[in-house]
Amino acid sequence: MNAVPDSEIVPERVLHESSYLHEGFTLRSWLLTRDHKRIALLYLISITGFFFIGGAAATLIRLELMTPAGDVVDAETYNKLFTAHGVIMVWFFLIPSIPATLGNFLIPLMIGAREVAFPRLNLASWYIYTLGGIFVVATLIAGGVDTGWTFYTPFSTLFSNTNVVLAVIGVFVVGFSSILTGLNFIVTVHRLRTPGMTWFKLPLFVWAHYATSLILVLATPVLAMTLSLVVFERLTHIGIFDPALGGDPLLFQHLFWFYSHPAVYIMVLPAMGVASEIIPCFARKRVFGYRMMAYAIFGIAIIGFLVWGHHMFVSGQSLYASIAFSLLSFLVAIPSAIKVFNWTATLYKGSITLSAPMLYILGFVGLFTIGGLTGLFLAATALDVHLTDTYFVVAHFHYIMVGGTVMAYLGGLHFWWPKIVGRLYPETWARIAAVTIFIGFNLTFFPQYLLGAQGMPRRYHEYPARFQLLNEVSSSGAVILGIGYLLPLAYLPWAMLRGRRSSANPWGATGLEWQTPSPPPQENFATTLQVIRIPYDYHPATESAESQA
Amino acid sequence: MSATFDTFPQAASVLGRQVDVLFLTLLGVTGIVAVGVAVAIVAFTIRYRHGSKADRRNPPSGVRWIEITWTATPLAVFLVIFIWSSLLFAQFHRPPPQAMPIHVVAKQWMWRLEHENGRREIDELHVPLGQPVELVMTSQDVIHSFFVPAFRVKQDVLPGRYTTLWFTATRAGRFDLFCAEYCGTQHSTMHGDIVVMRPAEFSRWLASGSAQPDLVARGFDLYRRVGCSGCHEPTSTVHAPDLSGLFGATVHLSDGSTVVADESYLRDSILLPNKRVVAGFDPVMPSFQGQLDEDDVIALIAFIKSKRGGP
Repeated sequence: MNAVPDSEIVPERVLHESSYLHEGFTLRSWLLTRDHKRIALLYLISITGFFFIGGAAATLIRLELMTPAGDVVDAETYNKLFTAHGVIMVWFFLIPSIPATLGNFLIPLMIGAREVAFPRLNLASWYIYTLGGIFVVATLIAGGVDTGWTFYTPFSTLFSNTNVVLAVIGVFVVGFSSILTGLNFIVTVHRLRTPGMTWFKLPLFVWAHYATSLILVLATPVLAMTLSLVVFERLTHIGIFDPALGGDPLLFQHLFWFYSHPAVYIMVLPAMGVASEIIPCFARKRVFGYRMMAYAIFGIAIIGFLVWGHHMFVSGQSLYASIAFSLLSFLVAIPSAIKVFNWTATLYKGSITLSAPMLYILGFVGLFTIGGLTGLFLAATALDVHLTDTYFVVAHFHYIMVGGTVMAYLGGLHFWWPKIVGRLYPETWARIAAVTIFIGFNLTFFPQYLLGAQGMPRRYHEYPARFQLLNEVSSSGAVILGIGYLLPLAYLPWAMLRGRRSSANPWGATGLEWQTPSPPPQENFATTLQVIRIPYDYHPATESAESQA
Repeated sequence: MSATFDTFPQAASVLGRQVDVLFLTLLGVTGIVAVGVAVAIVAFTIRYRHGSKADRRNPPSGVRWIEITWTATPLAVFLVIFIWSSLLFAQFHRPPPQAMPIHVVAKQWMWRLEHENGRREIDELHVPLGQPVELVMTSQDVIHSFFVPAFRVKQDVLPGRYTTLWFTATRAGRFDLFCAEYCGTQHSTMHGDIVVMRPAEFSRWLASGSAQPDLVARGFDLYRRVGCSGCHEPTSTVHAPDLSGLFGATVHLSDGSTVVADESYLRDSILLPNKRVVAGFDPVMPSFQGQLDEDDVIALIAFIKSKRGGP
């Protein structure tokens, strides 16, 4: 399609008869691989499985909420469903989603490396993830857990009579896979950049993953400690969180959100990285304010550690603590706003094609913007009093994590699918899916803002009849959203087998990952690359003129 | 269906109306930003679509003054919203001194409410119109949250301590009370009604029905019965702090710190007496945990509050 400018960085092209996909076809060659690209695919398969388990729970939740009465499942089952949905989607899909699949596959390619720094550790991460997943599946088989994904004490430690310990162990274990992945990325970015790939030539995707990795390494241990304390109190009745034993239930919330708020940025920073690759490519233009974008990523990562108390404005936390957390929460919105403005400005004077990845990413920008702006309502203490623990919050974080992260994840999967499998996905179907998901998503979650503003609390098995109409709209939207998600599940694997062969660089993109064949050989690059060009070296004026000529 | 459908029902409390003004202002501000971004994206996508003849010379890749403007402007707007919101939020934490106290005990899955005169209610709370009401709340088991959407108030209710919430209702009628913090199996059935009555009507309602002794009387009875008076009466031979005029006073503790004797302090002193020992006294008081339930503690505190002035 678009003309690719001559690249100074292309080495002598060595023709590869075989790619990483052809380096062995046995199960053993996959399960014992140390190739970051194959490990990425192992993750892709695992998280897709969990995405659809979590999605099945969501389907039953939306089915139950079609009517005010609790008539589809009983109250306990409903509580177990939203707990399973939260635990699986947060820890077994969203947190590993972009980093463990696209990040794993692309970071070495983007910096001109042959591997991640610790290939064996990388494979260990996937096994640890799988072990955590086995615990969670075991929890479901044993009858589930009903604490909510937040495991609030003292309910989780002394009152719930479901499989809390089993579920908590699953989350505890999977945390170590996050820590090791983060560690691997940090060392990889520091040590394995190819000559000439200076920090300010790094793609923003790599910047975003570097910042994400710092959060993974610094925050996840706090979650592990907190969950250990939950298990101790539950098993031994030593007083940590339960006031009857001399503990403090709010201590749990402080520790939990100290991890879980930064976890939101673990989910959304990589999505921002994906957007920052796709928008310049399909606008054929340098990303606007590259350095500012990199600083904004770090601003979000750092301030993100200091805002956890905004989950606790009505918890009994002191007035002054709440006001301080409120101010910091407004401040963390600034770098997010900068990013949205910069993506928008990147389009200005570009040469824009609405290919499927671009549709997904423009959807991401829109939904992330709405999610971010509604976050301001929750950062404002006096408004949060009314809105917290209602469907307004549910809508807000789904706009960020599903509208934001999942849209970007899918956009990224489409964008790099030709690189990953060496074949092109069907463009028309992909565009239909992108639009279907965007419409379905808004129909599902926008009504939940209204429900929350009207005062409908979250985690309600049954609800007053006056909330029914909006719940019906939401559930109907979920049907469209579900269909939208099933489409890529069908055509992406199809494309892997039957799609048109892709060239090394089907989009005319500038990143190093496009300078090697699709799919790449096992060693990624035949020779060591020397980077000379600035990142995102696109030229909209000449390219647009060429296409008119 | 459509008859009961209301996008954003009007607030029915004094602070609630101020919350709504802030809400609508922020909705306007964020709406402008959202529409602005959407219009810009759509306009650029059309004007600069691949192959269009639009002028693309000198595409900017970063313009300092633009970047400073769109950083500083949101910052300024956010600070205004933040200050406005914080001032309003501080009012949520400052009940008017004349507010009428009502005691709330939450448990899986019901609300128990008790008025000062001893009248008790379950899952229903009658309050007077136009008069500030302060709820002093605790939980017997897990964390609950007292949420009245019409008043725009919500406060978590914790085991082991008291949290407070206040409101002044501005409309008579019946309003939803929800539990907003997930509290176990029947969480969604833990709802009740707030009934706002005209003051005269409320007085009649409060006086009727209950032949029970009021809270202070019950507290005095417990004070005698469980044995507090044996040590805390001025005539006692045991060296124990005098309770007269204690409530609201500053207490010096044996570790050198001071504390204002509020409800939570009194509660701790009854149930966990060794947690904070008054300076100059030996930690000899036994714990009454297990002997007294939350209602008893509330009655005792009401009695201690009533013992104002000197001996």
